[in-house]
Amino acid sequence: MSTEVPGGGQVPDPDEVTAPWWDATRRRVLLVQRCAACGHAQHPPRALCTACGSPRDLGWSEATGDGVVDACTVVERAMPGFRPPYVVARVRLAEGVLLLSNVVAERPHDVGVGDTLRLDWRPLPDGRALPVFVLSQR
Amino acid sequence: MTTSVAIAGAAESDLGVTGKSVLGLQAQAIGRALEDAGLTLADVDGLATTGVSRFSATQVADYLGLRPAWTDSTFAGGSAFEMYVARAVQAIEAGQCSTVVISYGSNQRSARSRSLAGVVESHTPEAQFETPYGPLYPISYYAMAAQRYLHRYGGTREQLAEVAVAAREWALLNPAAFRHGTGPLSVADVVGAPMVSTPLTTADCCLVTDGGGAVVLTSLDRARDLRRPPVRVLGYGECTTNTSMTAVDDLTVTGAVESGRAAFARAGLTPADVDVAEVYDSFTITVVLTLEALGFCGRGEALDWIAGGRIRPGGDFPLDTSGGGLSYCHPGQYGVLLLVEAVRQLRGECDARQVAGAEIALAHGTGGILSTHATVLLGVDR
Repeated sequence: MSTEVPGGGQVPDPDEVTAPWWDATRRRVLLVQRCAACGHAQHPPRALCTACGSPRDLGWSEATGDGVVDACTVVERAMPGFRPPYVVARVRLAEGVLLLSNVVAERPHDVGVGDTLRLDWRPLPDGRALPVFVLSQR
Repeated sequence: MTTSVAIAGAAESDLGVTGKSVLGLQAQAIGRALEDAGLTLADVDGLATTGVSRFSATQVADYLGLRPAWTDSTFAGGSAFEMYVARAVQAIEAGQCSTVVISYGSNQRSARSRSLAGVVESHTPEAQFETPYGPLYPISYYAMAAQRYLHRYGGTREQLAEVAVAAREWALLNPAAFRHGTGPLSVADVVGAPMVSTPLTTADCCLVTDGGGAVVLTSLDRARDLRRPPVRVLGYGECTTNTSMTAVDDLTVTGAVESGRAAFARAGLTPADVDVAEVYDSFTITVVLTLEALGFCGRGEALDWIAGGRIRPGGDFPLDTSGGGLSYCHPGQYGVLLLVEAVRQLRGECDARQVAGAEIALAHGTGGILSTHATVLLGVDR
């Protein structure tokens, strides 16, 4: 099973590890997985902590939604279901972890390293949503 | 600390647009490499290959009618073959087998089997957390690395283009190169080519061709009695870093740092000892990052370091002398052909593109999205 992304692609159903993260997107809340034993934050969610190895101390914290462009690229070639040009970016959240996402901007070529971002959402047909980002200031 | 194993034979399959099958190209490369070595299929008791099917080595063993005592099908993209060299050395030194064939073949251009999105496996985290955003795979990852690199060090797309320009200069000297007959490439050609994923144009990206190759490894003692001069395996090292586009914290520093350090340490060599380098050039940026990671120049220095003809024919750092993945051949997993070219350079067989007096060669494979990194140091038998 999977859910179509409007404008392209498909999002697979969550698994037992990622279900809380995806469920939170229904409330438009972005979660970051955090280890209570060592404090490490990680993304995407996993069944153990990659810093200390603990399989039983992982929990969730709500992200502020603030982020910065670590690196980005404007995709110019049409892939099935996507409409170029659009920005694919590594976004570093205030919590420290990196997410791959889109920066939705009127002028994609103006988006650059260090730009500050705020969280937005792209709804999915099944009620989940994809976290995307917009420029917060220039 | 070096090794007691040598490459005794090396060959390409047909390259370019072949209209041939994957297994046909594999068998052709293997047959030619064994003939080069003066060996036959009956001598082969070890086999390493990838990219054929789920059971890649098993499939090729069956196709060749072999029952090998050792196989390896580690799937690590374009660097797999440099990893196989390490495994083959260990297997031969441990006595598990005596003669290993490392091979590859792809008909991706004839079969039109390449997709901009890559291969998406729905059970992986990337399918949930990355694919929905539409990155081209693998291009967009390398594009982000290039953008980050140029931003951090103040480089330009024109400087980056030198990698592709130099590769074309080498290809013009190699009759087997896909771009051999197409004439020189200028910096303006590279930056003016159609944009794929900024800042990389089609000319920053490797070719999509058919092709394949094979090398034959056996003990140095035995190789000395065979048809061709042995090429010694002096050192090897590898590092595996990521499948996702967010696992590596700093896009400008790759696992070639670790793979290179291990290979040079094992060989008792330094970057200054390398006479000719075959560095995986999936994209122009791949070469820049790899040269820095291997220690040929400092961080942030590569764009200045490669300028002025240093990596072109006649320059003091002969790089990707076949014309590379950018202008010679890129059959999807190109790493075996890095080994073939390194062997030929060390045997002095490269005619117009021969690096005079080459005694130490480096072959460095990179797979996936800067995911896997493997370095092999080869040398003449002195």
